Amino acid sequence: MAIQPVAERNWWKIPMDREEAVWVTIALVWGVIMFLMMPYWHVYGQQNLAHTAVRMTPAEYMKRAEQMVAQYKVREETAQNIPVVAPPPGSDVYLVARLWSWWPILELEMGKEYRLHLMSMDWLHGFSLQPENVNIQVHPGYDHTVTITPNKKGTYAIVCNEYCGVNHHAMIGRIYVK
Amino acid sequence: MAVNRNFRTCPTTGLLFHEPAEKLMKANAVAAVVSLLVGGLLAIGVVGTRWQALHWLGPDTYYQTLTAHGINMLIFWIIFFEMAVLYFAGSTLLRSRLAAPGMAWAGFWLMVIGALANNYAVLWRGDSSVMFTSYAPMPASPFFYLGLILFAVGALIGCFVFLGTLVVAKNERTYHGSIPLVTFGALAACIIAVFTIASGAIILVPTFLWSVGLVPQIDSLLYRQVWWAFGHSSQQINVSAHVAVWYAIAAIVFGARPMSEKVSRMAFLMYILFLQIASAHHLLADPGLTSHWKIFNTSYAMYLAVVASMVHGLTVPGSIEVAQRNKGYTRGLFEWLRKAPWGNPVFSGMILSLLSFGFIGGISGVIMGVEQINLIVHNTVYVPGHFHATVAVGTTLAFMALTYFLIPVLFRRELAFPALAKWQPYVFGLGTSAVALFLLGAGTLGVPRRHWDISFAGNALPYEYPGAAWLMMAAMGITGFVAVVGGAMYLLVTVYSVFFGKRIPTPDFAYLPARANVAPAPTPVAAAITSHGVSAGFSAPGTFVLAMVFLVAFVLYYFVNWGYLSTVWPMR
Repeated sequence: MAIQPVAERNWWKIPMDREEAVWVTIALVWGVIMFLMMPYWHVYGQQNLAHTAVRMTPAEYMKRAEQMVAQYKVREETAQNIPVVAPPPGSDVYLVARLWSWWPILELEMGKEYRLHLMSMDWLHGFSLQPENVNIQVHPGYDHTVTITPNKKGTYAIVCNEYCGVNHHAMIGRIYVK
Repeated sequence: MAVNRNFRTCPTTGLLFHEPAEKLMKANAVAAVVSLLVGGLLAIGVVGTRWQALHWLGPDTYYQTLTAHGINMLIFWIIFFEMAVLYFAGSTLLRSRLAAPGMAWAGFWLMVIGALANNYAVLWRGDSSVMFTSYAPMPASPFFYLGLILFAVGALIGCFVFLGTLVVAKNERTYHGSIPLVTFGALAACIIAVFTIASGAIILVPTFLWSVGLVPQIDSLLYRQVWWAFGHSSQQINVSAHVAVWYAIAAIVFGARPMSEKVSRMAFLMYILFLQIASAHHLLADPGLTSHWKIFNTSYAMYLAVVASMVHGLTVPGSIEVAQRNKGYTRGLFEWLRKAPWGNPVFSGMILSLLSFGFIGGISGVIMGVEQINLIVHNTVYVPGHFHATVAVGTTLAFMALTYFLIPVLFRRELAFPALAKWQPYVFGLGTSAVALFLLGAGTLGVPRRHWDISFAGNALPYEYPGAAWLMMAAMGITGFVAVVGGAMYLLVTVYSVFFGKRIPTPDFAYLPARANVAPAPTPVAAAITSHGVSAGFSAPGTFVLAMVFLVAFVLYYFVNWGYLSTVWPMR
């Protein structure tokens, strides 16, 4: 029994049952298939998260974001006058995560590429694009660049899905895709 | 120093209990159950808030409750119980005295003080609602980190007492041959625990110093990487421990012997070698870490630890099938399973633990651990869905099942409310499995975890989750209360049995005092495996069919999720 010592000195020489051998083989083959799926998707798939990140101070990141807002602002929305920014395709888009808002609102064109920058000004945040359901961790001090191509028109929400304190649930932003 | 060599033999099972080990097992089990009680009460608040129709707690209380729920359940309940399992697997199964009981008690009290300090910070001071993960640079009270550090040091001492007991047993020749498979599994858990606690120290000690102002800053990416070497690995201790408990229960209830010692031990060895690198799962949506690093680590170096779990998933029920077939339940593929003692909570708890761990927890864990698929899962309620299947059903229900065996054997009390005990694994196991399934569903629809209000009421930029997501969260709420009832049934049965249950008379019971430094005459345990024969047959066909069902579910669900991923915004 499994709760008693094994008295046989050479238990490792006893051949295993056939179904065990078959199952171990299946499991190993399935493991290799699952392993190969990830490099396969890097070559043939469309959704791969870039790891490119550079260290940056919040002040420097904020400066770049403000520069972008000043250059490409098209209007303001909500009672808080949040700027809506329509940067040209192919440009660097800076999204600021901070307690407890995403800033600014972005207006992007469908089918065009953008270099989306993500960084937090304070604690950890979570970029959760809804209803697409794309989720990326946002760190303070690391400017993370992801090249995105919006493929559907609509109004998207950016929910914060990394707990960031007592107003975490109120941290929500917006992206328009035209 | 005189060595305590008092032993008693359990008249029911023939197990040999060393007096200090027995007391330590009881103390750790009681501390575990108290933690479970605290965590369970807090679960009511968590469920009653995330079910948006109730939405009981305010945001600050909710986040505070969720923090304490996570830590009391994931750390205190489980690790206290694991200490009892280690002492059982080391001392009782090897019929050996426990090495250094004094040190073990010191470890136990450190764990108690640590658990109290941490709960003091979270629940009393209320300045440490930082969640189980306590990601820097979000600050918590120094008591929070200090509590965890003291608890970890205490657990580390317990691990070394277990390792010392293996040495004592070997030296004093209390057994012949190789250690039992269950002890081997506990040893795997212990080795993983040492790695885990070392990682915890590497990150929590600097974070504690940061919280008292001695270290200027903690890098958030470094924190997450090292913290998860502690946070995820601690769940791998659970996997090894509860798989060992599955084997123990198969042996206790059915007299089942492992189908193959070689295969099962190799699977435990693969846990030691590959499970920890799965901690990388948590960093798949993080910047700065390359895809090579993510793919190698997240695949446990080609899923070798997943293979190990799939092996255990076959061999545990397979060994039960073989034992049942030997008893004459040979008709068809499944007579052995139909005629299993479904009314015995020791068995029903263990088999539900195995099924839910494999089908729900195991499959979902692999899915969200795929580098790219993680993008559509990360930090949604899919994650708590996964770990409620692995830890709340897998580990917790396995430990609950073992308790029903230990109450008569260790505490010498009859099980109170047997009808309640009979139904408890079903209420808790099925309730919690349903919670896990609904969370997985809501997570697929993007509902965030650790979130007080997905209605975003009063927000300038509102967003409405799809109706299906709301329905899933409501269903989670209802089944969550079923699970809480199941947990309460367990607490009622165990607490009442231990303190007020009918004592089991043991007429020939006596501690056998022996002279100090003289080992009891080694009574080699009867060879369990007199002959494995030259087994290369096909002895568990029913289990193999079930395994095929599992495989089909796994493969289908795996590719369905690649399908979901392929529709979202292209990114590179």
